[in-house]
Amino acid sequence: MNFKYVIIGGSAGGIGAVEAIRGIDKTGSIAVISEESAPQYSKPMISKYVSDGAKFEEIIDRPFKFWEENSVSLLSGKRVIRVDIPTKEVILEDNTKISFEKLLITTGGRPIIPKIEGADKREVHTFTSLIDAKRLLEKLPEVAHVVVVGGGLIGVSLAEALVKLRKNVTIVELKDRVLSLILDAEGSSLVAQAVEQAGIKIITGHSMAKILGRKDSEATVGGITLDDGTELRCDLVVLAIGVTPRIEMVNPSQIKINRGVVVDRFMATSAPDVYACGDAAEAFDFTWEDFRLLPLWPLAYIGGRIAGSNMAGVKTEYPGGTQMSALNYFDLPVISVGVVSPAENGTYEILLTLDQEKRTYRKIVLRDNLIKGMILIGKIDNAGVIFDLLKNKINVAEFKDKILSDDFGLVHLTDPLRQEMLRRN
Amino acid sequence: MFSKRPPENPLCRHASERGPILKRIYTIQDHCIGCRLCEVHCITQNSTTKDIVKAHRKEVPSSRVRVQEQGPVSFAVQCRHCNEPMCVYSCLSGAMSRDPVSGIVTHDKERCIGCWTCVMVCPFGAITPDLVQRKVVSKCDLCNGLETPACVQNCPNRALVFQEVCP
Repeated sequence: MNFKYVIIGGSAGGIGAVEAIRGIDKTGSIAVISEESAPQYSKPMISKYVSDGAKFEEIIDRPFKFWEENSVSLLSGKRVIRVDIPTKEVILEDNTKISFEKLLITTGGRPIIPKIEGADKREVHTFTSLIDAKRLLEKLPEVAHVVVVGGGLIGVSLAEALVKLRKNVTIVELKDRVLSLILDAEGSSLVAQAVEQAGIKIITGHSMAKILGRKDSEATVGGITLDDGTELRCDLVVLAIGVTPRIEMVNPSQIKINRGVVVDRFMATSAPDVYACGDAAEAFDFTWEDFRLLPLWPLAYIGGRIAGSNMAGVKTEYPGGTQMSALNYFDLPVISVGVVSPAENGTYEILLTLDQEKRTYRKIVLRDNLIKGMILIGKIDNAGVIFDLLKNKINVAEFKDKILSDDFGLVHLTDPLRQEMLRRN
Repeated sequence: MFSKRPPENPLCRHASERGPILKRIYTIQDHCIGCRLCEVHCITQNSTTKDIVKAHRKEVPSSRVRVQEQGPVSFAVQCRHCNEPMCVYSCLSGAMSRDPVSGIVTHDKERCIGCWTCVMVCPFGAITPDLVQRKVVSKCDLCNGLETPACVQNCPNRALVFQEVCP
């Protein structure tokens, strides 16, 4: 088989690439190779799938016939085992060879499974795909107590879904607080309050040492042991400790790999005509001003658009992404962007206001009057105005004292800056 | 004043995708007197009765244009229908979409899951979260169907203009 464009991965990056390619090249042949047999859907919505009655039509983020409408040959349920650069071929599990003119690797991430005793039991789950969600739903009727290992974005969002289904849920987090990668101590504590109020138990500062079997059936999960020897009874364990790039089909002697596939500002890899984006790639971060893994859905999509434009011949630079998360667990709105708990070495300035009672928190991290990060909890209106100032590295010295107010918006910017914004398309 | 072509955005769609000449609402800060008639007429236009009194007495849909004011400065802000809409690019559920022909960015309330990602990335703060309904508040659709949007039509000092943008 022969295609002008071959895309490995039919999720956010693949969708973005197809939309960008078809904006430029209406007829060039496109193949999307997807390991999943379902049509495209939104991965961040699998928690909703679990809690809201498994309605697939509610978690698709593009029309059902998206691939058809864009004249894409979808090779679903197929796994790529090798990418061969010299011959410009992609080799599938069944040995089918697909040659490409331009290739995009947007294979996403794979959940990390710790090497501990009992991790091979049937009731040990991961939670990153629709298949995972379906597997979990099949088991749930016979499950009362679930341990979610990992208090990150996936872990907390799954815990919320499970508690809505009236399961008894315990989150076990190795760090001293939940969401430690995206929030500071105050922010984590506000989220933890909301999580605990909903009836979820949080155990921090401990890791899982062992998954135990049941007395009457060793092969079935009956509980776990923590690193200090504490035993927790449960019927099911979900591992949500993170994802790692799925790049085993890439030969590191042909394409440069660090932790993920190394790409430049055009999402191009070190191999000619090969691009990468999403969880599999190390793309540019405009806050850190460096290339790093950022496994976030919007960035995978935008990276896909950039890759697609470049694949179709319109040279387009990636403006970069950054750590950016918007959450709404248990109706507590949370936005976190960029550097939120910087090292206290005097180079950062912190603006902060906290109201424990109202559960509102605003924190702005500055360096040399440039915004480097923010946390908004409780009141999030106009968050995007701050995000834009951060992204565009705007000096905020003149209106710094206004950023913490709830209604901070365009009106508080300097006049020239605001005039420019009001003319922008 | 606004005839200058906006700078090419790196995320810009290819010209062939952008379609015909488009019109957008621009706000002229120096002309705005902060009367908020734009808000009044936005609410009326987006009510079911389209009656100014009934709309405000009974229905009160939220205004899709908001006047911001501080000291002598006032101006109206509504969705800019960006060429590179970060809200659409970031939407987790597909609720935000951009019409490839008109370029109008619309929000489908049914699909919205209230994840607030669009609120996080809108440079204008033009997307309002409804924390109670867990949905984004209806946003400006340029009064789809009207030749001139209601806010522009009813601005007494022409602080809002409906103008072509270079495709």
